Amino acid sequence: MIDIESLTKSYRGFTAVDDITFRARPGRVTGFLGPNGAGKSTTMRILVGLTPPTSGTATIGGRRFSSLPNPGREVGVLLDASAQHAGRTGREILTIAQRFMGLPRRRVDEMLDLVSLTPEEASRRVRNYSLGMRQRLGIATALIGEPQVLILDEPANGLDPAGIRWMRDLLRDYADQGGTVLLSSHLLHEIEVVADDIVVIGNGRIVAQGAKAELLQAAGSFVRSPRRDLLEMALERAGIATSPAGPDGLRAEAEAHQVGTVAFAAGAPVTELRPADGAGLEEMFLELTSDTQRDTPIQTTGDNRPQGAVA
Amino acid sequence: MSTLETTRATGAVSAAERPAPRGIPMTRIASTELRKMFDTRSGFWLMAGIAIAAVLATGAVVLFASDANLTYNSFAAAVGVPMTVILPIVAILSVTGEWSQRSGLTTFTIVPNRGRVIAAKAAVSVAVGVVSILLAAGIGAVGNLVGTAIAGVDPVWNLSVADVAEIVLANVLGLLVGFMLGVLIRGSAGAIVGYFVYSFVLPTLAALLAASQHWFRVLQPWVDFNFAQGALYNGSMKAQDWAHLAVTGAGWLVIPTALGVWLVMRSEVK
Repeated sequence: MIDIESLTKSYRGFTAVDDITFRARPGRVTGFLGPNGAGKSTTMRILVGLTPPTSGTATIGGRRFSSLPNPGREVGVLLDASAQHAGRTGREILTIAQRFMGLPRRRVDEMLDLVSLTPEEASRRVRNYSLGMRQRLGIATALIGEPQVLILDEPANGLDPAGIRWMRDLLRDYADQGGTVLLSSHLLHEIEVVADDIVVIGNGRIVAQGAKAELLQAAGSFVRSPRRDLLEMALERAGIATSPAGPDGLRAEAEAHQVGTVAFAAGAPVTELRPADGAGLEEMFLELTSDTQRDTPIQTTGDNRPQGAVA
Repeated sequence: MSTLETTRATGAVSAAERPAPRGIPMTRIASTELRKMFDTRSGFWLMAGIAIAAVLATGAVVLFASDANLTYNSFAAAVGVPMTVILPIVAILSVTGEWSQRSGLTTFTIVPNRGRVIAAKAAVSVAVGVVSILLAAGIGAVGNLVGTAIAGVDPVWNLSVADVAEIVLANVLGLLVGFMLGVLIRGSAGAIVGYFVYSFVLPTLAALLAASQHWFRVLQPWVDFNFAQGALYNGSMKAQDWAHLAVTGAGWLVIPTALGVWLVMRSEVK
C-alpha cells in the first residue's frame, strides 16, 4: 500500500507538486497519468526518498521508504532505465543489486530469463542497449528482490508493441497476486488498458482520481453541431450541463437519447452524437495537455477550413 | 512466459507471510562498492594502471639510474609518482560515477542511507589505496633486487618502515583530497580538474607567493596543505610538522569533506 498525503514540493518560485493526496492499494494497478512535467516523476522520487518533500508525507505500508531495512526486498523501483553506468554489463548491474540486497546468485539468471534478455545480451555493456532493453533490465532490477510493491516511472517508453503487451501482462499478474503497482505514463491509452485505479495529475495538482470504471462511466455523451450555440442554450434550458469540446462539439452530462431529443426540439442540426465513454477522461486529459503545450495546435472547423489563422 | 512461471519468478506476494527483511550490513555495502570499482572497463584499467605504472617506473630506474642511485629510495620515489595521480582519481570516480553516470538513482534507492554508501566508498577507496601502495612498494623492491643484480652491486634498503608508513599516509591524504572533491563537486570531469588545480597549480602559486612575500613564507606551513605534506615524503616529520599537517588538513580536507557529505545527504538525486 502506497499513501501520499498532502504532498507538496516547491522549488524557487515554482510548485512542482501541489498538495496531492492519493493511495495505491494492494491487488490493484494504479495508473498515475499526466502530461510531461505534471509532477509524476517528482512525486515518485519523493516517494523513494531521492528528493526531499517541502511538506506532506509519502509512505509505503505505513513507513517512509528510507526507514525500510532493505528496501529492495519490499519495494521494486524503476525511475529511469537510462540512469545506469554505461560501462557495466546488464548482468553486472543485476549482480550489484543482488549483492546489495543479499539475494542468492541464481536470482540474476531468473530475472534475465523473466525479462527475456539472452546471455549474449546480458554480457553486453549497457552503452550498447536499446531503450527497450534498458527498460527490461530496469524491470529485472525492480523485481529481483521479490518486492510486494512496484513503483515504475514510464516503464513502457521504448518498448515495442510486443514488449508493451508483455509488460501489461506482467503487471496484471503481479497485481492479481496481491502486489501493489504504481505506474506512471503520459499516454492515456497505456494507463487505460492496464490500470484499475487512475490518478490524473496536471500542473502538480490532482485533477481526477478513482476507479477506472467510475471515471469512464461519468462521461455522459458527446455531440457535434454546426449550431453549437443554439444547442448549448437548448440543453441548458433542459437542465443538462455542458462543456465545449473541440471546435464544434459539446460534452453533455446526459444520455445520448436525451441530448438527441433536446436537439431535435430546438431544431439544431446534429452531425455526431454518441456516448462519450472514456472520452470524458480523454477530453479532460487533452485539455490538461494543451494547457502545458508550448505550441497550440491549429484549430479546424467542421469543414476543415483553418480558423483563427492570421487573415 | 506462462502466468505460473511469472509467479514463481517475481515471487510477488506469497511474500505476505515472509519475515520482515533484515537490514543491509555495512560489510555488504562495502564489498559491493569494492566490486563496483573494478567492474567497468575504465575502473578495471585504472586499477591495472597502478600495477602497470609501477612496473614501468621501476623499469625506468633499472635502465637509467646510475649504480650509485640504485637504492630502494629511488625505486620508491619512482613508483610513488604515478600513485599520487592515479589513487585520487580512483577515489573521485567511485563517488562521482553515481552522479555523472546517474547510477546513484539505483544505488540510493537500494540503499537509501546515503551516508552509509559514502562511508563505504571512503573506506574501500582507502583500502584500495593502501593495498596499491604496498603493491607498488613490492614491485619497487623486486626492481631493486633485479636492478642491483644486473649492475652487480649490493642492494641498498635505505627506507625504514616508518618512512614507508609516512609515504602511505601522504598517498592516503591525496586520495582523501580526491574523495573530498568528489563529494563536493559530484561530477567526474570537474572533480578531476579540481584535483589537478588543487595539487599542482595551487602549490606552484603558493611557492611563487612565498618566494616574493616574506609574510606568506612565515605563514605558509600553517595555511598550505601541500607544503605541510612535504615533510611526509622525505621522512622528516617532527612534532611541529604534525601540527602543521593537522591545522592545514582541517581547513583543506576535513571541513570541505564535511560540507560535501552534507550536500550529498540533502541534495536531490536526479
